[in-house]
Amino acid sequence: MMGVQLVFLWTDLLLFGLVGCVMLAALAARRSEPMREAWRRVGENTVGMVSVSILALFLVVGLLDSVHYREYLAPGAGAAPDAQPVLGTEVRSALDALAAPLRTRVEKTYSAPLSYRLFAKQTLEAEDGTQQRDFPRLKFGGAHLQYPEEDHAGDMLGRIGLGLALAACAWGVFAGILVQGVAWSRGVPLGAAGRAVWRGKGGLAWRAVLATLGVLCLILGPVLALATEYHVFGTDKVGQDVLFLTLKSIRTALVIGTLTTLVTLPLAVALGIMAGYLGGWVDDVIQYVYTVLNSIPGVLLIAAAVLMMQVVIDTHPHWFETSAERADARLLALCVILGMTSWTGLCRLLRGETLKLRELEYVQAARAFGVSTARILARHILPNLMHLVLIALVMDFSGLVLAEAVLSYVGIGVDPNTVSFGTMINAARMELAREPMVWWSLMAAFIFMFVLVLAANLFADVVRDAFDPRA
Amino acid sequence: MFAYIVRRLLYAPLILIGVNLLTFALFFVVNTPEDMARMQLGAKRVTPEAIERWKVEKGYDKPLLLNAGREGLAQVTDTIFFEKSLRMFAFDFGRADDGRDIATEITTRMGPSLALAVPTFVLGLFVTVSLALVLVFFRGTYLDFQGVVVCVAMMSISGLFYIIGGQWLVSKVWHLVPISGYGEGVDTIRFLILPVLIGVVGGIGGSARWYRTIFLEEAGKDYVRTARAKGLSELQALFRHVLKNGMIPILTGVVVVIPSLFMGSLLTESFFGIPGLGSYTIDAINAQDFPVVRAMVFIGSVFYIIGLILTDLSYTLVDPRVKLQ
Repeated sequence: MMGVQLVFLWTDLLLFGLVGCVMLAALAARRSEPMREAWRRVGENTVGMVSVSILALFLVVGLLDSVHYREYLAPGAGAAPDAQPVLGTEVRSALDALAAPLRTRVEKTYSAPLSYRLFAKQTLEAEDGTQQRDFPRLKFGGAHLQYPEEDHAGDMLGRIGLGLALAACAWGVFAGILVQGVAWSRGVPLGAAGRAVWRGKGGLAWRAVLATLGVLCLILGPVLALATEYHVFGTDKVGQDVLFLTLKSIRTALVIGTLTTLVTLPLAVALGIMAGYLGGWVDDVIQYVYTVLNSIPGVLLIAAAVLMMQVVIDTHPHWFETSAERADARLLALCVILGMTSWTGLCRLLRGETLKLRELEYVQAARAFGVSTARILARHILPNLMHLVLIALVMDFSGLVLAEAVLSYVGIGVDPNTVSFGTMINAARMELAREPMVWWSLMAAFIFMFVLVLAANLFADVVRDAFDPRA
Repeated sequence: MFAYIVRRLLYAPLILIGVNLLTFALFFVVNTPEDMARMQLGAKRVTPEAIERWKVEKGYDKPLLLNAGREGLAQVTDTIFFEKSLRMFAFDFGRADDGRDIATEITTRMGPSLALAVPTFVLGLFVTVSLALVLVFFRGTYLDFQGVVVCVAMMSISGLFYIIGGQWLVSKVWHLVPISGYGEGVDTIRFLILPVLIGVVGGIGGSARWYRTIFLEEAGKDYVRTARAKGLSELQALFRHVLKNGMIPILTGVVVVIPSLFMGSLLTESFFGIPGLGSYTIDAINAQDFPVVRAMVFIGSVFYIIGLILTDLSYTLVDPRVKLQ
């Protein structure tokens, strides 16, 4: 039995911390009537609930990929029985463990989706010693087929059928739980709750959730069933499973999209409120700082900062125990840099809003009563800015995910060893020019990224409509 | 008005000084020249002599801010800060790592950048504003709804995919234009069609949706209703009133970009092999050519500040209500 030791990377801690904070904020929001009302509007919106369901799925994958551990190496044959177990240097995640078949079944090079043969012809030696050029069989994909020419299609159909059946079961279980939950929360019998959900009257837009999950199950069931024996999205140049790579990319995208806000938020809120409320020279200084930052084209500022950060990391190799830690430090540094360069927009917005708020009568009254500035800011100004902050956060997410891809392409993004949409696209961009064309890596990255960003964009729209009082 | 412009013009150098200090801090204080030498020389060849030689070669063998070893004014001028940072105000950027003069490189590369950026900008603005007007004309209908959905979907596609997909479809499958390259004179058009097209298409999603919101807000105002009531057709109302007034907020977003067109587009230029400033920047980043990156940061902010001033001016020109103080 090999033991494991949990490893907490910085981004893991921050990501889970952020999830915790969001939960606490949700609890706090339950007590505030306007917040509850706005979130109910989001929940009743079909598009909102569809995008939330999809985002939740991405989040689960990303969080699974954020539980990291290192395995103890099996003691060597001649080792003393009481020797200290040695930690392996490879840092794995829960997702790696769950998708171990995908991770370990590495082929020689390119293979098309669901194929059982390599993509390029090689010289093969037949049993009778003659040589011929043909597509060799894959080591893992479809390796269980004895007569692949005849059995390939049938085997795939069988697996798709099995996957669909499993998907139907999973969906049924989930629908049952959901209807039961609705029944409990409203105190009605199960049948009535089921009918209410079916007619779209179950309170929130549960029907949309069920429909989304149904579609997702229809896709995921067969994909999972096929993934047990085939490479659903093919393999890349060094034979890695593309589906696995895309799954790993999700965490990078989520980390960049969310952790950046940890830097943006304090800066933008604190400076924006100070500039707006205190005015005078404080306002002048803060405005000067953000005009300076704004005036440098974003990519160039990020490039300059990232190049410098690379020098720091390269000249201090002893800071990092494993390569995963170094890659993680670089990812976190990228988030910080993105945050430092992108807080100006929100800051300007909050400054403008604070300028308006401070002239309102209740704030003036508070001032006249001698309430301290800090208390006015905390009690009267900040709560009335929260909707703007929230809208800005969800709107920024999709932009950050897209930015990561571009930055990684330019060479100033994540560590080249970190799997991300950007590094995937970068590695695959010459593949369309190959003859015959290799399209699956780009296709997989495109589909996952498009769905993630689209869901985030739609969710952001719904949140803005629900929270913006002007809308 | 005049006083305002003078004040803005005086504010501009102040911001540039800020930019200058920031880049100086980033490039010379966060990492000392020794660190950079160590990285550029590679781990194997690092000896104190090699580092010293590298620093002399690049002109980094001086104190950062104050040279105590010199007399008088040279105490301040014979420093890295003066030589490498302050000289940028005179557009003297020094030499790149490959020994070429950065300023001449920038002037020769501006042409191709503009040849790509100006058509993309003009055509893009025309197409997106027209599309937004069409959506507003059909507002509330199924077409409008579908249009917004398409816009959101188009926004959700990474710019990289537009370029990769466009090159593949138009150049490789249809063989209409060369995949990449750059020619002389009229011949260049062949090479520019596709990048311009991709630039325009890639920008439609976000801009058209944003302009639609602006026009919609304008179209709901009382004076537009009055215009319709007095017998103007919907089209006339749109073009005479909505478009004219809606352009004011659009101007803020757009004018500020115009000077930055010189900077070129990083991605498009590098994918299509156009020898402009964008590909220059990307090459410099990949080669870790710090003097070039520093110069581009400075130039970029100069253009941005020009854009800000132009925005203020254009405001007063199009909107007589705006009185700058």
